[in-house]
Amino acid sequence: MKRVVITGAGTINALGHSVADTMEAMREGRCGIGPLEFQDVDRLAIRIGGQVRGFEAEGRYNRQQMSLYDRFTQFTLAAAKEAITQSGLTFSGEFAAKSGVVLGTAGGGVSTWDANYRSVYEDGKNRVHPFVVPKLMNNAAASHVSMEYNLKGPSFTVSTACASSNHAMAQAFQMVRTGMAPAMVTGGSESMLCFGGVKAWEGLRVMSRDACRPFSANRNGMVQGEGAGVFVFEEMEHARKRGAEILCEVAGFAMSSDASDIVMPSKNGAARAMIGALADARVNRDEVGYINAHGTGTTANDKTECAAVADVFGPHADKLMISSTKSMHGHLIGGTGAVELLACIMALRDGVIAPTIGYEEPDPECALDVVPNEAREASVDVVLSNAFAFGGMNAVLALRKFA
Amino acid sequence: MSVKDKVIAIIAEQAVLEPSDVTLDSTLESLGIDSLGLVESIFSIEEEFDISVPFNANDPSEGDFDISTVASIVTGIEKLMVEQKGSV
Repeated sequence: MKRVVITGAGTINALGHSVADTMEAMREGRCGIGPLEFQDVDRLAIRIGGQVRGFEAEGRYNRQQMSLYDRFTQFTLAAAKEAITQSGLTFSGEFAAKSGVVLGTAGGGVSTWDANYRSVYEDGKNRVHPFVVPKLMNNAAASHVSMEYNLKGPSFTVSTACASSNHAMAQAFQMVRTGMAPAMVTGGSESMLCFGGVKAWEGLRVMSRDACRPFSANRNGMVQGEGAGVFVFEEMEHARKRGAEILCEVAGFAMSSDASDIVMPSKNGAARAMIGALADARVNRDEVGYINAHGTGTTANDKTECAAVADVFGPHADKLMISSTKSMHGHLIGGTGAVELLACIMALRDGVIAPTIGYEEPDPECALDVVPNEAREASVDVVLSNAFAFGGMNAVLALRKFA
Repeated sequence: MSVKDKVIAIIAEQAVLEPSDVTLDSTLESLGIDSLGLVESIFSIEEEFDISVPFNANDPSEGDFDISTVASIVTGIEKLMVEQKGSV
């Protein structure tokens, strides 16, 4: 078994257009959630979200690219550029033939579906642009990354709702760990902040109209975000030999399925995923200093997740820190685990724990150290990143400080 | 703008060229337009002239619409406009 390290990170989300900006916002406990701006927003009951602002695709991509890149692909390419540039890798020859890209997304090109349905249904047009299909397909982002960087190895897209990018990164990790690939580009992206995307979520009645307040007794739902997080996972010796800067080690992962309910979370399923990740990483539970929670801000998720953490960690649950950065960047659905991995890297590398902002009232059902409202300096050696999806599909990653 | 000038503008945009670089005897291949570019050009033509172009990317030679040169495309469009709209 090979060891796997992260040698590049990139992002774009409501907190910033780069890893540095995003981490700075997380350190400062800044909120990226605000009023949504897009066509027909006045017909929505839910009008807030973690929208990416100041990102102009025009100028960044040429006309031909624009006709092929949905917003979720645009985000992916921006994040991939930052990550691969930081890694210093170029892909050619045998290295390129074995290296691939595995990304997560729940909805793919939602705004392309939305705009073209609007065109044929509402505007009555009978003709759509020829690239609608290649633009909206869920694997479009991964395909464009493969073409841009000459990644010719195993490449595909994973779609497991809110756990998509954790499942994707778990696949990439497994490929590098087993020696199948020397390096993998991985992460995920989502862009559902358009009329149809938010309207669909509205129907579930789980969205907050004012703020995302995970673990707080007065929490009243989730808030959607958008953006991408992309990483370079690389075999440790390969990275060392070329003197690459190593951000942290990916130590293990586990997946579980609740096999019970299509939307309600299960304590047992979540606990099994965390226990599995600890076992896979060969770490003891008392080594875990921080958990980046799934922490959606819904009544059901947060209490179930806290109960699962209490079950898994026993008395150590009161000593570790757990926070939800969704309070700042919103829930990026299929891209959320990727952006949240940045909080894990910040904890391990910089010794800064991102806070759960918007925390107002303690909830006895979430009685853990949720790092309320302000970031904290702390040295941690092992962290977990939780993702628990609708459909009961869970994926937990374990990361370790690289020394 | 004549049909010819509109077609040249569409094709020039697709080929990322100036309209003056596109002549009636240019072929799409000589202008560097690939199969995706061809499909997109046909879409733009349909939008511009409000016609339906019988074109199947599986077999571009099938059907009456001759795409071998800019001139043949202009002729094809004029024919379709007469058939579908009664005049050019």
